[in-house]
Amino acid sequence: MEAPRNIINITDLSTEEIDELIGVAQDIMANPADYQDICHGKQLATLFFEPSTRTRLSFESAMLSLGGATLGFSEAQSSSASKGESVSDTIRVVGNYVDIIAMRHPKEGAPIAAAMKTVVPIINAGDGGHFHPTQTLTDLLTIKRQKGTLEGLTIGLCGDLKFGRTVHSLVAAMLRYKGVKFVLISPDELKMPDYVKEEMDEAGAPWKEVAHMEDVMPELDILYMTRIQKERFFNEEDYLRLKGTFILNRAKLKTAKEDMIILHPLPRVDEISVDVDDDPRAMYFTQALCGKYIRMALILKLLGIRKEA
Amino acid sequence: MNIDGVNNGIVIDHIEAGKGIRIYEQLQLNKLDCSVAIIQNVASEKYGKKDIIKVDQDIPLDFDVLGYMDPHITVNHVKDGKLASKVHLELPETLTNVIRCKNPRCITSVEQEIKHIFKLVDREKKIYRCAYCDVEHKEY
Repeated sequence: MEAPRNIINITDLSTEEIDELIGVAQDIMANPADYQDICHGKQLATLFFEPSTRTRLSFESAMLSLGGATLGFSEAQSSSASKGESVSDTIRVVGNYVDIIAMRHPKEGAPIAAAMKTVVPIINAGDGGHFHPTQTLTDLLTIKRQKGTLEGLTIGLCGDLKFGRTVHSLVAAMLRYKGVKFVLISPDELKMPDYVKEEMDEAGAPWKEVAHMEDVMPELDILYMTRIQKERFFNEEDYLRLKGTFILNRAKLKTAKEDMIILHPLPRVDEISVDVDDDPRAMYFTQALCGKYIRMALILKLLGIRKEA
Repeated sequence: MNIDGVNNGIVIDHIEAGKGIRIYEQLQLNKLDCSVAIIQNVASEKYGKKDIIKVDQDIPLDFDVLGYMDPHITVNHVKDGKLASKVHLELPETLTNVIRCKNPRCITSVEQEIKHIFKLVDREKKIYRCAYCDVEHKEY
């Protein structure tokens, strides 16, 4: 199959392609030396029209670890966007210099507009509340690496399920795999949107909603935590009252399976107590490491570069 | 009610009753020099009532715009007083620069010179989504 030119949404990849990316990422993890110069002479631009230090560094580290070079900017203020230049013009210019572009922009659909103006592959590194496909790929690699499979898993999604794009995208991706069940743990104000529940129903994936994570903890293979943001609530009282219910601490983990894994897209604020960090089930920092490797695999795929047999 | 027939031009038929004037405005028919007639509330076997627009000049038409405004429209091209061709419109798969996205978070709200593109996702319910942000466009 011909490589897709851009990755704007996780749906731009077939299940076979996702599995292939996970396979390459695992091979890179196992044999980093085989890949250390594979992108020699290639350049990645990281165009971050809004700051996201972790995602940008992950892309840059990925390209540097492949022997390539990086250039770019970390916020709109340090680019011509601050002078009023359009995304299209910026991309037309940068497209002359580099082989691949990772871009983040606060406006939804910005990478689609960018992709119309260049033949250089575009990776969406987040466009507002819209898509963030490399986060989803990161989650999938972490799950595959830790659980050995993407099938037959019970996934608890906890926190802001209404606005959290990472959980919507993760659900859409996991629905491609057999035997996956979902447990939705959120306050009434931040419940999973109906269209996501409909997707689960259409795929025949069982799901249920609960108000407390303790009720379901023993069932879970994965607990995916997300941040509850204050601005989602009408008043501070509600926020403070509900926030505590959706904080994971060591005590709540008592009934969890020994091999359950805890994921979080980060940044964490206080929804996971620091006393959980040392628990062997806490995988959110490993997840960040996986993010680098899956981005390496994605860069290779989009540049059409393969390890020599 | 007698209205002269068209000799060389177009007849936009089967317009939903009440939409004729909007289509007249959209096509900017007021700027033409030739005879133009809007006939409203004409009896129709199929729809009960319909509007018709007759233009005595063969003008270029954007079928995407017309099809989006009313997919039931039929466009008849008349040459030397005879029907030369008949086009049945339908909802276009893609709309470019016909409608604009109302989502303030969409890139189209800030990017100059960008094409405003919508994709048809449900023909029956006439649902279009912005090609950039995926937000549904509310009915015309």
